Amino acid sequence: MAALPQAKADGAEALLAARPAPAKGAAWAEAAREAARGRLRAAGAPARRDEYWRFTDPAPLLAEGPRAAALPLEEVQVFDEVDALRLVFVDGVFRPDLSDEPRLDGVEIQPLSAALSADIHWARSLYGALEAAGQNPVPRPLAALNTAQADTGFAIRVTGRPARPIHLRYLHESEGSEAMIRHIVRLEAGAEATLLENGPAAARFNKAMEIELGEGAALHHVRAQGRDHDRLAATHVFARLGARAAYRGFTLTTNGRLTRNEVVLDLAGEGAKGHVAGAAIGAAGFHHDDTVFVTHSAAHCESRQVFKKVLKSGARGAFQGKILVKPGAQKTDGYQISQALLLDDDAEFNAKPELEIYADDVACSHGSTSGAVDEDVLFYLRSRGVPEAEAKDMMVLAFVEEAIGEIESEPLRDVIRERIAAWLARRKV
Amino acid sequence: MLKVRDLRVSLAEEPKQILKGLTLDVEPGTVHAIMGPNGSGKSTLSYLLAGREGYVVDGGSAELDGANLLTMEPEERAAAGLFLAFQYPVEIPGVGNMTFLRTALNAQRKARGEPEIDAGSFLKLVREKAKALKIDAEMLKRPVNVGFSGGEKKRNEILQMAVLEPKMCILDETDSGLDVDAMKLVSDGVNALRDEGRAFLVITHYQRLLDHIRPDVVHILADGRIVQTGGPELALEVETNGYADILGRVA
Ligand SMILES: Nc1ncnc2c1ncn2[C@@H]1O[C@H](COP(=O)(O)OP(=O)(O)OP(=O)(O)O)[C@@H](O)[C@H]1O
Ligand SMILES: [Mg+2]
Repeated sequence: MAALPQAKADGAEALLAARPAPAKGAAWAEAAREAARGRLRAAGAPARRDEYWRFTDPAPLLAEGPRAAALPLEEVQVFDEVDALRLVFVDGVFRPDLSDEPRLDGVEIQPLSAALSADIHWARSLYGALEAAGQNPVPRPLAALNTAQADTGFAIRVTGRPARPIHLRYLHESEGSEAMIRHIVRLEAGAEATLLENGPAAARFNKAMEIELGEGAALHHVRAQGRDHDRLAATHVFARLGARAAYRGFTLTTNGRLTRNEVVLDLAGEGAKGHVAGAAIGAAGFHHDDTVFVTHSAAHCESRQVFKKVLKSGARGAFQGKILVKPGAQKTDGYQISQALLLDDDAEFNAKPELEIYADDVACSHGSTSGAVDEDVLFYLRSRGVPEAEAKDMMVLAFVEEAIGEIESEPLRDVIRERIAAWLARRKV
Repeated sequence: MLKVRDLRVSLAEEPKQILKGLTLDVEPGTVHAIMGPNGSGKSTLSYLLAGREGYVVDGGSAELDGANLLTMEPEERAAAGLFLAFQYPVEIPGVGNMTFLRTALNAQRKARGEPEIDAGSFLKLVREKAKALKIDAEMLKRPVNVGFSGGEKKRNEILQMAVLEPKMCILDETDSGLDVDAMKLVSDGVNALRDEGRAFLVITHYQRLLDHIRPDVVHILADGRIVQTGGPELALEVETNGYADILGRVA
């Protein structure tokens, strides 16, 4: 292996030095952190010249000292109307005083720091394992950094079918905060749960989640990122799916200066289904990057990637999505679509769809488009009396609808639709 | 109601004049039919009146109840009571039929200073109109025109017209692509709306539609002008002899 460029090696050390080391955990946890530091050092800090960062400059995520971020205050946040178990973080610190008692039938919830200090078998075998596996074939140094440094978050084990969703709600109070958040989630065979996340974790944050789904388990994961206009964020979701398990993830992103959302799915058991979707809407100064890697390791699995971006006045969007079908993963059904609606000439969208297939009996399709508002549709709507601005809003909502449709719960779809409509009303796209 | 005077219209993209001095008067309570060869400018006239972009008005005027249509936005024309049933209705993936209809109706009401219709009354209204046109609940739930057959799209246009209750209705070849039964449904839909305050401009190639919707006046549009105007018998003449005789006479 070629030696790492000095800048990347120095960058990795700087990332490790930027935060105080987390409180010591159990020996196994310290070993996992040490291994993660090794992965980060081996990969080096991400750089614009890396193939995997060609559309997104990682510099703002790395530069020393967090950014200030001004926050418009909103009383009611997305998901607040949903009856859920709420766990609240402020500037990356869990706040029991603002949270519900973390008790829900069919779920065991404990703070990550506690899980990393104890000897819990499932946590021990999961923490850092999916992140480590996800470093191949493309390194994800910011995820390794998260494994090495995070001590805030939850270890959630679902054994049944909890009646309410778990809502991780992030608040951000202080101007220049920086957060590192990590959750590990395991669903036992046949378990089913809904996990909601929203809010700005901090002015700049690095959030990662590892998810292990047992046989026939199903996780519905809906995220909304939006209030923080100056947000700088890198998030990773790693999920491994057992036989007939289902992961359905959806992320709404509005606002934010730089958001890189990586999702890495391994369909490891036969008949697993992995769906990842996202809708991103932004104007000037908005840069949004969805980077998705789906591996079909077993036969008869289905995967869908549906990403929609609405971009205006200088906003930029990127999509890198890969479907890797391993030898033996016959009868794979893989679908990928990434589309951008460019509301003016300044907006820019870059996409890199990739298929790599080593099995012969598979059906994979992918497509990527970017274009302006369809004038015929706009005229049709206006000819029925809908004013131009309202007609365009309808078209924006219609455009992202396919992604929203990946959310299974109709009430949650409505929450997301309302959120987008409210954003459009405020911003007058 | 609709008053078009010496209208001359070219394409914005190329210097080609399509309407070459078209004059037309449609009085309230009447049904006018326009027939004419392919490419004579019938759809161009209907698009222009509805406010579609891409045309340049070289001269003439078009008024709806004395208001200058040509300076109004498409949505203002709709709120003023103009409706175009498209020759090729547009598919709108992601927008449900009901949402679309309700947004349109409320936008028009708002523009006219009327209160919005509540959800219950709206549902009742649409169900009733849809039933008459044999549009089932399943179709109403689907995105606008997506996956609709040609005939279903045309029936959907008439449903929109029935719900929006415009006063000047322009139907651009609404009959083409309809089977015999659908033609009857559509015609019944139109006839149900006929009243003293409303007028229709029905563009068609076929006499058959005019058996169901009896026109008061029939115009022949050729090469961008109305070249002949008469009663229903003019449509019959076209049906039997084609346009050659008429065009020969006026040339
Ligand atoms: N956008 C355009 N670009 C180029 N040519 C156009 C355009 N719109 C209309 N035309 C031309 O203008 C003429 C009139 O077209 P129009 O669609 O109005 O005809 P029509 O009378 O409705 O015909 P049909 O009976 O076939 O529907 C045709 O020659 C057509 O090709
Ligand atoms: Mg035509």
